[in-house]
Amino acid sequence: MSDETAAAAGDKIRCDACPVMCYIKPGAAGACDRYANHDGQLVRVDPHIVLERTVSHGGRLVPFQAGGDWDGKLVREPEMFVTAIGAGTTYPDYKPAPFIVSSEVDGVDMVTVVTEGIFSYCGVKVKIDTDRYLGPETAIVRAQGEAVGHVTTSEYGSQMLSLGGVHHLTGGSKKEGRVTCDALMDLSNCKPVELTIDGGATVMVQAGYPPIVNGVAEERMRVGCGSATIGMFAKQWHGKVDEVVVVDDHITGVLSEHQAGKLLDIPDTGIKMKGRRSTPGRYFQVAEPGTGWGGTKISDPLSVLGPFDPKTARAGTTMLMVSTTGEHAAYYELDDGLRPVEKPMPPDLKLSVERIQENCEPALCTVLFMGGAGGSLRAGVTDNPVRLTRSVKDALTRVTSGGAPVYVWPGGGITFMVDVTQVPAGAFGYVPTPALVAPIEFTLKLSDYAALGGHMDYVRPLASLKDSAEIRPMMLTPGRRS
Amino acid sequence: MKRPPQIAWLADGKRLHLQDGPIDLIVEAEGSAPDMRRAYEAAAARFAGLLDELCAELQELRRAADPQHCRLRGVVARRMHAAVAPFATDHFITPMAAVAGSVAEEILGPMLEAAPLERAYVNNGGDIALHLAKGKQFSIGLMDRPDRHGVMRTLVIDAKDAARGIATSGRHGRSFSLGIADAVTVLARTASQADAAATMIANAVDLPGHPAIVRCPASELQPDSDLGERLVTRDVGELSYAEVERALDSGAACARKLLAAGLIEGATLRLLGETVEVGTSRIAASNSRLFDERAA
Repeated sequence: MSDETAAAAGDKIRCDACPVMCYIKPGAAGACDRYANHDGQLVRVDPHIVLERTVSHGGRLVPFQAGGDWDGKLVREPEMFVTAIGAGTTYPDYKPAPFIVSSEVDGVDMVTVVTEGIFSYCGVKVKIDTDRYLGPETAIVRAQGEAVGHVTTSEYGSQMLSLGGVHHLTGGSKKEGRVTCDALMDLSNCKPVELTIDGGATVMVQAGYPPIVNGVAEERMRVGCGSATIGMFAKQWHGKVDEVVVVDDHITGVLSEHQAGKLLDIPDTGIKMKGRRSTPGRYFQVAEPGTGWGGTKISDPLSVLGPFDPKTARAGTTMLMVSTTGEHAAYYELDDGLRPVEKPMPPDLKLSVERIQENCEPALCTVLFMGGAGGSLRAGVTDNPVRLTRSVKDALTRVTSGGAPVYVWPGGGITFMVDVTQVPAGAFGYVPTPALVAPIEFTLKLSDYAALGGHMDYVRPLASLKDSAEIRPMMLTPGRRS
Repeated sequence: MKRPPQIAWLADGKRLHLQDGPIDLIVEAEGSAPDMRRAYEAAAARFAGLLDELCAELQELRRAADPQHCRLRGVVARRMHAAVAPFATDHFITPMAAVAGSVAEEILGPMLEAAPLERAYVNNGGDIALHLAKGKQFSIGLMDRPDRHGVMRTLVIDAKDAARGIATSGRHGRSFSLGIADAVTVLARTASQADAAATMIANAVDLPGHPAIVRCPASELQPDSDLGERLVTRDVGELSYAEVERALDSGAACARKLLAAGLIEGATLRLLGETVEVGTSRIAASNSRLFDERAA
């Protein structure tokens, strides 16, 4: 970071980074705020340090240098100007900059307030499409050995992780906060992050890509639970095989006992399942969860079966065992001892397994960044702070993050979620607080300003007010000191 | 080690960022695609070497301006001098008070010569030079204070208006202020005039000798500041409502004089949440809040 380019002059140093050649006192920055005197050394002020200063001053951040290099060409046509012009002050200059916020779009003056919010309580919700067992619910999720979040519920064939939040960002050790911040930022910027789950798997997560669980890339997410799969494919199996078991960590389905099988008059086969029967043909906990068949830890599917009931079972009974994604499948026939013996799978059953596979969508990791507007949103507003919240709730003010649509979670405040793959690349940054810096825009019609605040009579063309007298709206504000 | 000027698109891909030393510009042009290209090329071409030109006369630029004679040679330096000269008889002011606006103007000029544009602006850290073709207008948002998520205020500048320059000065900025204003935003015919006038009006928003105001010699903060030993405002403590009003009155009196003299088109003065407007009431308080949760 340090440059050997400064000539010492007493306690001051002379910066030669640019022709202004500022003399800089220890602990101070030059005229540009980009170079500073750190213990007699000229240092390039790291943007993060300046950001921290901005933050410690309670400042607002504006995007800096996120764009591409100037290649002498226009990269956009003017008609692609969709929204308002952004903040005009330039980082790291926090001069009280008037900035251009509005631009004529389709004859409507849109106002966009562009900023990068600092989200010190934020988090990401990660949805990992996998049947594989990642770890017990509430288990700690770690990055680089530090706790960054936990395993939460498993829903519809996806495992949810909840990462970040105030306790990991600021509640733990310094390192925990920094590692959490890094993990959140990388996940939000669609970069891969390796997460390890206490008592569970190691999973490589990257938004928009398949999860890699213990080194194996997940390909497909299951079409439904084992029971649902029975329901969906019962007709296609009817007449081609006597019994089907769809092995699933959650609900394993058994064709002959399942309601779908009953409707097709499929006879009992004498099959005996391990696990806890929920309703006919639906079994919980046939095996421990794991990364084997259907999210269980088994590699031999027969291990979920008990011996066939000799009163009902007959030799020659055919049976298909398949996982919920069709990734694993095996075909058996009962021998004279009523023991299942694996045989080559008949082509029409193979087809049905492929059909299951085909109906499983590509497994992905998806990352939702979640940030919120806390107290200062309300605290600093001069007239009626709840109006912005209401206007967001009433859909008069549109909230976007880097132009991407967000979901605003109903209830108090403005808590929003955004799919990070929709946000422009590299949009997320951080400050050493630690906290994430994310783009956020409020867009509203000028006409809605009226509904919002009623100050519209102040917005006029200069010409119409040339003769007007001095006007002194002396507003009492909560921030006022007196 | 000299760092070369930076010329890059901002993330939105439509605004150009030019940075060299302390000069930091955001440039945008609107017009046909070829015209925009020509304009941006002209901006980038003029930017090259601009800081060196200024630095060649830096010593002189940091001296109190002579109200009558200009010893400066460079076109930007001479513009800076011209902008501050009207104040130099009665006040201490150096051409540096108009550097940001003068540079903004200097970049906008070649852009407009290069191509017909619908709208264009060069924003130099809040000091802005504007161009508006007939019938066009800009909506400008103002921040109450740079270190707070203050209420957005907007004003509209129409092509029919005389103002083509906007500048803001105050004690929170990168440059020092002799006064206590949080922000004084000035509209003037040119950005350099606006810059100089904003400095003067912000200096006039003051309560001389008030114990709650912390001041310190500029040279203690920046050894080569053009303000030398003059006391610059570091902090403003508790002020009563009447004191805030008195300080704003003092600034407003200065602004009214400049308005009458034709040096400015209008001004908005802000101190501790109170606002005074001179010559224009088009600046509207609005309700748009920025997102932040630090105080949550």
